[in-house]
Amino acid sequence: MTLGVVVFPGSNCDRDVQWAAQGCLGIETRFLWHEERDLSGLDAVVVPGGFSYGDYLRCGAIARFAPVLEEVAAFAQRGGRVLGICNGFQVLTEMGLLPGALTRNEKLHFICEPTDLKVEPGSCSWLQGYNSGEVVTFPIAHGEGRYQADPDQLKALEDSGQVVLRYVRNPNGSVGDVAGLCNAQGNVLGLMPHPERACDSATGGVDGRRLLASLLG
Amino acid sequence: MPLYSARVLVSLRPSVLDPAGEATRAAASRLGVDGVSKLRIGKAVEVELEAPNPQAAREQLELLSDRLLANPVIENWTLELKDDVSAGA
Repeated sequence: MTLGVVVFPGSNCDRDVQWAAQGCLGIETRFLWHEERDLSGLDAVVVPGGFSYGDYLRCGAIARFAPVLEEVAAFAQRGGRVLGICNGFQVLTEMGLLPGALTRNEKLHFICEPTDLKVEPGSCSWLQGYNSGEVVTFPIAHGEGRYQADPDQLKALEDSGQVVLRYVRNPNGSVGDVAGLCNAQGNVLGLMPHPERACDSATGGVDGRRLLASLLG
Repeated sequence: MPLYSARVLVSLRPSVLDPAGEATRAAASRLGVDGVSKLRIGKAVEVELEAPNPQAAREQLELLSDRLLANPVIENWTLELKDDVSAGA
């Protein structure tokens, strides 16, 4: 099992993901610089949090054109497992791997705090270690995490079991309390909260471990 | 090759809440400007582009606006294109 971690100029959670996966769980990780195109030997890819290319224009708008992401899109099409965390979730929506968009928090504040999330029924491969209905705590750290989709689209996503994580107490005004979204095939997950920051008991809870540990299952 | 000048206006779709616009609207009344019933913030992007003719310029600018400058999920855009602005043209 080898996990690729994309690194853009401006990524700042790439090493957190490496620590969570490799340091805490023993999953070998390899960094993928944004200009790289070689994903050979990788079993899964994480697009981590941060401020890719400074997040100029819109969060993730410029990252979308990174050479590495062309390969990540093809990898996802082949059924490869892709996880976008925070800025990575924004990037996946800008790329069109996940529907909708993420925009400015309702109350404008950058919010950085532990957040309770409810695991919804669905067939997302990343969440197989959790029980449907379970409440877990992951930290959030974002200024632009308000999920937007039109009502018909949201309904369709809910009906197809793609809204896989919801905020118990909505912190940012996301429609449908959406915190995490999976693609129809179940191999691509995007979420605003940070599971990688909930893996080491030295820094708090470890509810995020099972998400990355799904790679070992 | 002729040079075209354009301005692309990007605005949040009416259904999308604009909290930054709301905060600015609140500041307007603190300035003493009352009666501002709507204030929404967008972007104005000024572009100069070389293209063989106005039609080609428009096609490129529409692609740019729709695929990069705006995210159609949450934003609308309008394009104002000026004729050839090359010096002496």
